[in-house]
Amino acid sequence: MSENRITVENLTHNYGTRCALDNVSFTVPRGEIFCLLGPNGSGKTTLFKILSTLMPPTSGSVNILGHDLSIDTKAVRKLLGVVFQHPGLDVKLTVTENLRHHGHLYGFRGKNLNSRISELLERFDIENRSDDLVEELSGGLQRRVEIARAMLHSPQVLLLDEPSSGLDVGVRRQLSDYLISLARSENILVLLTTHLMDEAELCNRVGILDMGKLVVLGTPGELKAQIGGDVVLIESENCKTLGTAIADRFDVFPVFTENCLRIECESAHEFVRDVVAAFPDDIETVRFGKPTLEDVFIKLTGNPFVLEEDRRD
Amino acid sequence: MISFLLPVTTIWWREIIRFYRQRSRLFSAIAQPLVFWILIGSGLSASFQPSGIAEKPGYIEYFYPGTVVLVLLFTAIFATISVVNERREGFLQNVLVAPVARWGIVLGQALGGTTLALLQGVLLLFLAPFIGIRFGIISLILTLGVMTLLAFGLTNLGLLIAWRMDSTQGFHAIMNLILIPIWLLSGAFFPSAGAPGWLAWVMKLNPLTYGVAAFRRSLYFDTETTIGNMPTWTLSLLIISLFCILTYLGATFTASAETN
Repeated sequence: MSENRITVENLTHNYGTRCALDNVSFTVPRGEIFCLLGPNGSGKTTLFKILSTLMPPTSGSVNILGHDLSIDTKAVRKLLGVVFQHPGLDVKLTVTENLRHHGHLYGFRGKNLNSRISELLERFDIENRSDDLVEELSGGLQRRVEIARAMLHSPQVLLLDEPSSGLDVGVRRQLSDYLISLARSENILVLLTTHLMDEAELCNRVGILDMGKLVVLGTPGELKAQIGGDVVLIESENCKTLGTAIADRFDVFPVFTENCLRIECESAHEFVRDVVAAFPDDIETVRFGKPTLEDVFIKLTGNPFVLEEDRRD
Repeated sequence: MISFLLPVTTIWWREIIRFYRQRSRLFSAIAQPLVFWILIGSGLSASFQPSGIAEKPGYIEYFYPGTVVLVLLFTAIFATISVVNERREGFLQNVLVAPVARWGIVLGQALGGTTLALLQGVLLLFLAPFIGIRFGIISLILTLGVMTLLAFGLTNLGLLIAWRMDSTQGFHAIMNLILIPIWLLSGAFFPSAGAPGWLAWVMKLNPLTYGVAAFRRSLYFDTETTIGNMPTWTLSLLIISLFCILTYLGATFTASAETN
């Protein structure tokens, strides 16, 4: 069974006294696109470094398709295709030279390597740029070359750290489509980290990391279902007092984030009507809609508004 | 065997192709030592007679082998400093997660740096006839051999430092505090003959002293020139070879210790 999945068990990592990963466990089966969602400093890059064999964990175990990461590192490395957050191509080499260099590192050579390279160039639609220096390519194209390179040795697991950082929205969508079709057509396991909600929405399952802990794991649908009803966002000059006032008057828990109040409620249209009627002068704008992963994230990890403390008193 | 060598050669090849495409690096590694040589060499020639050296090879000639060694040292530093940046972000991370042993990565990098240093050192050899150093074929072969050893040892020394550095600033500090003094006190700049006792001892303990001595001896192998009280051929070659082996092992050990 274990040869068809990644199993992470009780993974903990400390940098000195600072705990970056705290007892994280999860399992990802082959063919799935799994996403680790979290803000900067949540521990996802640490987790990525461990999974990609760049760094051994302080404690806990990782099994990748039947191979223990700490014991059988070399076998694990052959199975992994890795795309790091920082561009990892040599910009002074051409696209083909980068791919060839990578192939050599994995023991591919000669005709076998050349045919594999042309196959990937075609598949990723970069044949016409194959002899250009990487520094002459756009950011989106470079990222595409990086993924092509990571796929060169036919890895069974593709790891991507913030693959869409620095890419504009259109290119990001294109990238996601690539990954989805890759996972489907090759039955490989794709694990990516992101801080972008729309990227996470496209994955099969999402694990939310915060302060080194895996706070929740499920399909985007399951996670969103944790929030009953709708989400209302209220902007105001004086969010804090308004939040307190709303909490006193209605049966809701306003959360203060990014200069606005975020409120979950059963039916937004009624609540909005009532709240605007109650505080006509304090409210500048009101928006509402169905919950997104961002709402889930804030619900689970966001700093609860001061109200929570007031309420306890 | 091929599967072991393939990663090594590809890392080596990449260093060279990169260098070829950034030819300004050629200039930066050669220019400074060359300017030092011409300015300091000419300036001191009139007033400074290295002790234990005949009057004929003046200071500019005395300083010439030291200049070549400085070019080798600078190239080694420039070639290895990229390790610091590439390890944190980018290219080297991808090499580190590939199924390649750390000794192979270091060997590829060391051979790359060695080749580049040699190429630049050889460019400087063309200046030798102008200051009266004449090569025979044996002398040339010996010189190239000694330069290869020196370049390999110095590149590995650079790698040993680079693999444990977090920032290029740190590398520059080490370069100024350690690498340049090692060169200054190797007999490249002045002979140990006239130096105060403690300094002569430091020079005696400096492995590069033996490298510079071997290089000097190989340059003058075919000609009869007094080159002062230097370590013998055997001792020089022994120590420079040992230096190569130890720095390579040290660099491999550091790379392994610093990575998973």
